[in-house]
Amino acid sequence: MSLRPGGQANTWHGHFEPKRVPEGVWMRCEGCQATLFRKRVEQNLNVCHECNYHFSVSAVDRIAQLLDADTFEEWFPDLRPGDPLGFNDRRPYPERVRAEQERTGLNEAAIVGQGFIKGIRIVFGLTDSGFIMGSMGSVVGEKLTRAIEEATLQRLPLVIVSGSGGGARMHEGILSLMQMAKVSSALARHHAAGGLYISVLTHPTMGGVAASFASLGDIILAEPKALIGFAGPKVIAQTVRVQLPSGFQTSEFLLEHGFIDRIVHRRDLRSMLAQLIDYASP
Amino acid sequence: MPNPSEHRLPFEAPIYEMETRLTEMEASYAKNRAGGENPGLAEQIRRLRRELAGLKRVIYANLEPWQTVQVSRHPQRPQTRNYIDLIFDQFLELHGDRAIGDDKAIVTGLAHLGDGKVMIVGHQKGKNLAERTACNFGCAHPEGYRKALLKMRMAAKFGLPIVSFIDTPGAYPGIAAEERGQASVIAESLMAMSQLDTPIICVIIGEGGSGGALGIGIGDRLAMLEHTYYSVISPEGCATILWKASEHAPKAAESLKMTSRDLLRFGIIDEIIPEPLGGAHRDHREAAAVLKSYLIRALGEIAAQPRGELLQRRYEKFRRMGVFVEGGHALNGPPAPVA
Ligand SMILES: [Zn+2]
Repeated sequence: MSLRPGGQANTWHGHFEPKRVPEGVWMRCEGCQATLFRKRVEQNLNVCHECNYHFSVSAVDRIAQLLDADTFEEWFPDLRPGDPLGFNDRRPYPERVRAEQERTGLNEAAIVGQGFIKGIRIVFGLTDSGFIMGSMGSVVGEKLTRAIEEATLQRLPLVIVSGSGGGARMHEGILSLMQMAKVSSALARHHAAGGLYISVLTHPTMGGVAASFASLGDIILAEPKALIGFAGPKVIAQTVRVQLPSGFQTSEFLLEHGFIDRIVHRRDLRSMLAQLIDYASP
Repeated sequence: MPNPSEHRLPFEAPIYEMETRLTEMEASYAKNRAGGENPGLAEQIRRLRRELAGLKRVIYANLEPWQTVQVSRHPQRPQTRNYIDLIFDQFLELHGDRAIGDDKAIVTGLAHLGDGKVMIVGHQKGKNLAERTACNFGCAHPEGYRKALLKMRMAAKFGLPIVSFIDTPGAYPGIAAEERGQASVIAESLMAMSQLDTPIICVIIGEGGSGGALGIGIGDRLAMLEHTYYSVISPEGCATILWKASEHAPKAAESLKMTSRDLLRFGIIDEIIPEPLGGAHRDHREAAAVLKSYLIRALGEIAAQPRGELLQRRYEKFRRMGVFVEGGHALNGPPAPVA
């Protein structure tokens, strides 16, 4: 690895705005269908104050919510996807990437770097479900792997917040599938070296992301009512041809079946992470 | 010889046609043999046999990606249990996953390979409807991956190399599979296989369907039989997403670059294992013989490596995978345009 973190650091001050939230004073809650005053939702960390539905948050907002103010230093920000397949999903893949970059203000679906939570230095990564459905291609795999390797090397706690409806990114074909192997191998070394890894699942975490780094934490937390699973509910419904049980593949469903440790309200996430890191520190 | 109950792929029609003609000629030659040799007919038969071999060669050297998918799914294609019978000795199946039940979509067990002993794990699709139903068409549940991982851990404990045969449309998408943690189990398997301190050889023998294939696919050598595919998503799934109709699967198969030649070019696999003329379904024995010699050679190569480097090399193998651009330079693999 030629590039050491810090070498290409890019400190964040939230200088671009998340564009995913549609304009308007009022918005409808996807959880309870209530009409909500947008400002109030935003002040509540993008959580519905009626039913606690957790709307997605942009990468920038997530960093601001979880880390100590202005402590995040992004690593490897200039990694860009290639187009190994010459893929065309109604538009050429490079064009799709450019459009997503303009729409979201992000270079790719993953952001990694270091920051502090209540004064504790950590390696932090996240996938933004708004960028090509938060799917993992070569850049996401490479950024996460480098971040994990750094956490192992520097003996730092690692926190990754996953949001991915897309799983492994179709547009990069088999190379995306192999990122699952690459990231999981790096996590194997991190665990073997005694490193802490806390995985936080947000709505939605599916497919190849769920079937790799998102499921490999020492501790796995999830936001309420997030969709989490391997196969998409539509595919399952078509295969088994029965009504899917209510609450199927939600955080609550996974907790019930023993695959996550806790469901955490967004407002408690930061202090929960700090507390857990403290437990795992000597 | 052509058998009417055989599953015939559309593009194989000229082969079957020529085979029928050849059979007729041979029958006529045999019948009239009592009346004296017929050197003219014998020569015709010889010529047609040569033509037939040439025809198979031409057709199979130029398969479209979708035709490759069809061959990889051919119901008469050898499956894990066929290769177990034809390649290994004294196979001793082990069934237990110690948690849920015996998933017949994954076979695991001990066997002799040449002069050595190995652990085999492999997907099994089933040969007839009853078997296919029992095997869920090769789509494993979490208990299948649990069983595989448990047996592989045992293999590592006793220093037995692992041979993994991959042949699945994908991990089973079902309610029970999700309840039992399909994603979690596959993730666990990827992580654990990267650290198993024993040689692992993975071969795609039919379908390499996404995470379900990768779930037993981390190793020191990755190879594909010639007419197989390995893909992040099924061509039907991709077609449904892109064009809202699975009929466009042939186009998707093309776009996904999922054939053995594509994967060799991307540096994902180490080797393409040639199949008998006209595909593995035409000659199980020949397919098995070639596969066997590959396995023995690959295990020998790994054994010849300095001890203690196995896991580092395995790590680096997957570490290199990916195509991206950094600082304006394309890294890893073929040049890629800046997006
Ligand atoms: Zn609500």
